[in-house]
Amino acid sequence: MVTSPPLPLAIPLDAGFVHWGFVNLSVPNIIVIVTMIVLFVLALVVPFPKDQA
Amino acid sequence: MSAVREEAGEERSWSASVVRWVSRLVPRGQWLPDRQPSYVASWIYVFGVAALASLVLVIVTGVVLTVGGVTWWHDSSLGHFVNSLHLWTVEFLFATMVIHLWGKFVMASWRGGRGMTWLTGVFSFLVSIGTAFTGYLIQTNFDSQWISTQAKDGLNSTGVGAAFNVMNFGQMVLYHVALLPLGVLVMVGLHIVLVRRHGVAPPIGAQPPADVVSETAASGSTKGEVA
Amino acid sequence: MARRVVTPDSHAFPTRRYDLVKEFVTALVVVLVLVVVFALAVGSPDEKALTMKSWAANAPFDVVATATAELAGTSTSAGYGPPYNTASDGQALGPLKLQKLGGVTHPVDSATDLVIDPVSTLGDTATQQAVAQWTQASADQQTAWATSYADALTKATGGDPAQVASGDYGPVPVIAQGELTLAKSGVLTGLLTTSSGFYRTDPTNALLFMADGSYMAGIADAENLSGDQWGMMNEAGAYPGQPWMWLYTLWYQVPPFSTSDNADVQVWAVMILLSLVLACVPWIPGLNKIPHGLKLYRVVWRQWYAQHPETVSVAGGGDHPDPVTPDTGPKN
Repeated sequence: MVTSPPLPLAIPLDAGFVHWGFVNLSVPNIIVIVTMIVLFVLALVVPFPKDQA
Repeated sequence: MSAVREEAGEERSWSASVVRWVSRLVPRGQWLPDRQPSYVASWIYVFGVAALASLVLVIVTGVVLTVGGVTWWHDSSLGHFVNSLHLWTVEFLFATMVIHLWGKFVMASWRGGRGMTWLTGVFSFLVSIGTAFTGYLIQTNFDSQWISTQAKDGLNSTGVGAAFNVMNFGQMVLYHVALLPLGVLVMVGLHIVLVRRHGVAPPIGAQPPADVVSETAASGSTKGEVA
Repeated sequence: MARRVVTPDSHAFPTRRYDLVKEFVTALVVVLVLVVVFALAVGSPDEKALTMKSWAANAPFDVVATATAELAGTSTSAGYGPPYNTASDGQALGPLKLQKLGGVTHPVDSATDLVIDPVSTLGDTATQQAVAQWTQASADQQTAWATSYADALTKATGGDPAQVASGDYGPVPVIAQGELTLAKSGVLTGLLTTSSGFYRTDPTNALLFMADGSYMAGIADAENLSGDQWGMMNEAGAYPGQPWMWLYTLWYQVPPFSTSDNADVQVWAVMILLSLVLACVPWIPGLNKIPHGLKLYRVVWRQWYAQHPETVSVAGGGDHPDPVTPDTGPKN
C-alpha cells in the first residue's frame, strides 16, 4: 500500500504495464522516457533567441 | 617580467605555485566569463545547467531529510513531502543529465581535446547511479528490503558483495549520505572545471572568422560579430 | 588518406554577452517549481516494510517451510556460497570464479544462525528438548529429518503444518513451529539482527531469512518488481522507477543470460564493458564519428551554418584540416 499524495489527483495505486514480446515496461516509466525524447527533440528544433544586434 | 630576485622568491613559495597552477588550469576570466561563443545558440545547451541545478536541489532536499532521520518520512507528512521532493529532484537530475549526454553526443563535444570532459561526465553519471541505488536501500521500507535482497546477488556474483553488503543498513546510510555524494561532487567538479578550461566545443567544421568583431566596451560598439 | 583534423580554439570565435549566474539561478527556480508541483501532485511511494510478524500473520505456512528449508540446507542462503558460506563456489565468468574470490566475509550458517539460535531462546521444555535433540544428532540425521519434513509439508493439505502425514521428522516440526512463534511475537527480527552489541544496524540475517521464503518474493512479483519482469527498472505503485536501468535489466530477459546459472556476473561484465566503452567514445574510432554521420548537429548549429555557409561545404562535415597549426589543446 503506497501513501496517497496530498492533492486529490487520480493517481492509480498500481502502475499499468505494456507487454510487447519480451519487453515489459511500466506506464510511468514509458511516460518519463517519452517525455525525455520529446524534450530532446524540442531542444533541438525550437528556435533559440537570436543575438541582439 | 619579474625581477630575478622576485622570481626566485616566487618559485620557493608553495602558495604562489598553487596560484600559478590554478591560473594555468583555467585562466583568470574563464572561471565565470560574462560572454559565450556566439554559436552557443540552442536550447540543448540548457540541460547541463539544469542537471547542475537539479543536483543542488537533490543535495538540499537530502540535507533536510538527514535532519529528520531515516524514518521521518513514514510518520510525518512534512517528512513525506520532503521525501517526495527528494525523489523528484533525483528524477529531474537523471532526465536532464541523460538529455545533456544525448546532446553532447550528437554534437561530438569531445572534439578539441575535450575527451576528459566527456569521460568525467560519464563517470558522473555512473557514480550518480550508485548514489541513487544506495538511496533506495536506506528508505527503511519495502523497496529497501526488496532492492537490497535482489541487488546482493549481482554484487556477490562479482566478488564485490564481500566488501559492500547492501543489506547492511548502517553501512549503506553512510555510503549514501557521505561517501558517494562526495564521489559525485568530485566528478561533477572535475567536469565543470574542464568545461571552463576548454570552453564550449565549436560547431563541426567551423572556423573562426578572419576578422572577429565582438561587442566590446572599449569600442563602444553594440554590433554583433562579423560573419 | 588520413587527414589530421583540428578543432579550432573556442576562444577564437566571436562572442556575445551571456550571464551564466542568471542562467543557473533561472534553472534552479524552474526546477524547484516543477519539483514542488510534482511532489504535491504525485507524491512518492512509501510501501511499508514487511515484518516477521506480518509474514507470520499472512503466510504462517511459508515461515514454517522456510525454517525447515534452512534446517535441511536447501534454502537459497544455505546453498549460496560466498560471502555467506562455502556451500557452493557461486558464479563464474568463464574460468574466473569471482564470487569465490571475494571470500566468506559475512559468515552465515543458515540452520544455526537463522533457526536454531533464535529458537533456543524459547524457554518451554518441549522446544528446549527439541533443540538439544537436534544439536546432538549427526549431520546426516539432521538432514534426513529436515528433508523428510520438507517433503511432507509440500504435500500437506490446506497449507496447514498440522495436516502433514506422520513420519520420522525428529525435532524439526517443533523447531520450525518455534520459529513461527518467534515471528508472530515480533521478536524474531531482533534475534536475527547481526551484532552482539547494543546498537544493531545490520539486518542482513533477517533479510536473508525473509528472502529465503516466498512471501516477500510473491509481493514483489505482484508489483512487477521481479528480475524476470524488468523489475530492476520499476517502482512500487504507479511511480516511475529507474528508467536508466533499462539496458542492465534487458539482458536478464534474453538468452543466453535468461537461462544462465551465471547470469548476474555475466550481465555485470557486459555492463561494465559497455560503460567503459561509453566513457571512451572520444577515443574509439568509428564510434567517435557517429555524430558526424547522424548529422543532427546541423540542427543544433543551424544559426551558425546559416551565417557561415562556407563551413558547411567542408567535406564530410568534419573538422577543417589544418596542417600548419596542430591541435595542442586549449589556448589561454
